[in-house]
Amino acid sequence: MFHVKHPATALALMIAATPALARDNIQVAGSSTVLPYATIVAEAFGDNFDFPTPVVEGGGTGAGIARFCGGVGEDQIDIANASRPMKASEFESCQRNGVTDIEEVRIGYDGIVFASRKDGPAFAFTPEQWYDALAAEVVQDGQLVANPYTNWSQIDPSLPDQEILAFIPGTKHGTREVFEQKVIDAGCEASGAKEAFAATGQDEDAVTESCAALRTDGLSNDIDGDYNETLARLEANPDAIGVFGLAFYENNTDKLQVATMSGVTPSTETVSSGEYPVSRPLFFYVKKAHVGVIPGLQEFVEFFVSDDVAGEGGPLAEYGLVSDPELAATQAAVADEAVMAAPTN
Amino acid sequence: MTDLPANGPAGSIPVHRPARSILETDARTRARNRAEARFRAYGLGALLAGLAFLAILLASILWNGLGAFTQTRLALPVELTESELDPEGTRDPAALAKVSTFGYEDLLEAAMARLVAEEGIATELEPGDLADLLSSGAAAQVRDAVLADPSLIGRTVTFDVLAASRVDGYVKGRVTRESLADDRNLSPAHLDVADALIADGDLTRGFNPAFVLGADASEKRPEAAGIGIAMLGSLYMMLVVLGLSLPIGVAASIYLEEFAPKNRFTDFIEVNIANLAAVPSIVFGILGLVAFIQFAGLPTSAPLVGGLVLTLMTLPTIIIVTRASLKAVPPSIRDAALGVGASRMQAVFHHVLPLAIPGIMTGTIIGMARALGETAPLLLIGMVGFVASNPPDGVLDGFVSPNSAMPAQIYEWAKRADPAFYERAWGGIIVLLVFLLLMNLAAVLVRRRFERRW
Repeated sequence: MFHVKHPATALALMIAATPALARDNIQVAGSSTVLPYATIVAEAFGDNFDFPTPVVEGGGTGAGIARFCGGVGEDQIDIANASRPMKASEFESCQRNGVTDIEEVRIGYDGIVFASRKDGPAFAFTPEQWYDALAAEVVQDGQLVANPYTNWSQIDPSLPDQEILAFIPGTKHGTREVFEQKVIDAGCEASGAKEAFAATGQDEDAVTESCAALRTDGLSNDIDGDYNETLARLEANPDAIGVFGLAFYENNTDKLQVATMSGVTPSTETVSSGEYPVSRPLFFYVKKAHVGVIPGLQEFVEFFVSDDVAGEGGPLAEYGLVSDPELAATQAAVADEAVMAAPTN
Repeated sequence: MTDLPANGPAGSIPVHRPARSILETDARTRARNRAEARFRAYGLGALLAGLAFLAILLASILWNGLGAFTQTRLALPVELTESELDPEGTRDPAALAKVSTFGYEDLLEAAMARLVAEEGIATELEPGDLADLLSSGAAAQVRDAVLADPSLIGRTVTFDVLAASRVDGYVKGRVTRESLADDRNLSPAHLDVADALIADGDLTRGFNPAFVLGADASEKRPEAAGIGIAMLGSLYMMLVVLGLSLPIGVAASIYLEEFAPKNRFTDFIEVNIANLAAVPSIVFGILGLVAFIQFAGLPTSAPLVGGLVLTLMTLPTIIIVTRASLKAVPPSIRDAALGVGASRMQAVFHHVLPLAIPGIMTGTIIGMARALGETAPLLLIGMVGFVASNPPDGVLDGFVSPNSAMPAQIYEWAKRADPAFYERAWGGIIVLLVFLLLMNLAAVLVRRRFERRW
């Protein structure tokens, strides 16, 4: 029976030997919005270069940056994807752990769309209507009252007679921040609620917080999973309206119809021209200490922002990314390996 | 009270009960019989409900997943023009590699336009739009062929390229002209061309070995995604699990069962083993992240680490099963061996252990089948994501090169936006279920073949 010990010994030796192995693949993690774009580039990179295809994981912007800031070394990731700029606190945590030189690369823009079921009525929204539908407190006859609306047509007779039921991204998503900023906060201002909050003696931060407070009576629901979960909830609730990324909508046009915002239909064109109001830049962050150590890292970053890949008509634009009009500047910065300055917020 | 005539002393109270045949049932017996019949019906109902759920599950898996095993392909003659691919005519591999897959797209557009013209298909689509019928992986396929054999340049070669996932969905009935109304990738006009190409026999649907053998693909290329590399990852993990948990588990069980003194300390260990077997698997994932990756510095996404984590999870199961098998060997075997002068170790290894092996093997196979289906512990050690995209460089490299596992790959596909990945997730479930069935079958066969009854 002693022969069974030998495979165990062999494995133990191998385990002891592995840390000495050099890592030859690029490792990427972060935002689930950037994930599909990063996989598309990783695959094309594997097609065109002799380097192995990079490994791309999701996990969300915050989690990705936290891993990125874990330190320098082969056991740490090389690139963090982000659907919002890195925060000052995250940058400081990076500095503390020895990740001092970071390259910030903007890859393009993403639109955030409001979509309902294909078989339901069409919607044309304004940020103000969304604020009235979802906020905890709204202005009625010049008074702040707890949100009384239960039907879209109560808010504005031009909207269809349909119960309010919204599925919005949960607070761990980068999308939520953009939604709060560009829709809820804008609507808060437009509906006069901001003024009303200020009139009650709140300071600026408190007003922003009051604006972002959403109703908790079940008509506004946070989705902590991905867009597929939001889609499943829409399929189960005919009256529901969901918040999606533009690329997700464009891959599911057979099930979803998109609503206009302030009269503009979301598309790569309207997002890129800035007409469609709800959009945000997408980024990735590169650990400069790993450039030249992890084979192919610099080539991968340059390939990611090349015209063939990230430019108009490239595979990322085809999938739904809105190309960055200032891509040439990004390419130059990447070629120079320019390091980002500390963020201010 | 009894129905028998009382044979007590004289003067005892006579039983005032009419004489009845035992063939006649009274009300209480009938009630008891009804209760039994009801219980049988409940039991049968429960069984039938279980079977119905199983049937619905299997039917929906097969209905949704079988499509992944076939794929639509197009036989496309591509003219590999020298001016595009090798302007200097040197056939130098380094110069050839400079032309990226984007450079090959023009060739494919021209090839599509020529094919459509040759077949006499009338369409308003531009060549650039026609190429949308093809998988975005087609350019890479042609480029790889040219780099492997530069002598192809200047000739017209027919490639068997994958059709785009929407076209494949149309052939499989998932995509219709109505569903393409707002689609950016493909228009109903493309489907007219596809119909004509099907009629001419250029566009065909056939078995897709790449799904079972191939690598994962990006969101733009669902038609090319396969579960093969993830399967290899699962295989490497199972090798680690088998290589570590079987010897450690059996050694620990033999010691505890045959040699260890019975005291507080061994009782404490026993309780803990039983508790470990019930620990949720995600806990082992966190443990693996801290112990193997952050502390021991092993690489992330490596099947070796996945295997180590699953070993921790499987070990308690194997120890419990092995101890039960050792206990099931009658003490007379040990006593007889010791009686003829064998040492305790000889008694165990020559007599007890061989008799316990069938039980140990069954338990090991079932423990490994459970480990094969685990996703949760792999989430935290980097095995879920766009990982299973490279075949390992060698047999040993497979332990450390980044890889996924079958259930993790299924989870990953189910998350993706393109509906074509949905079909592949179900197809992956079929492959995983086949493996689990085979392993359970092996466990049953081992038990039938080798088990000895006392």
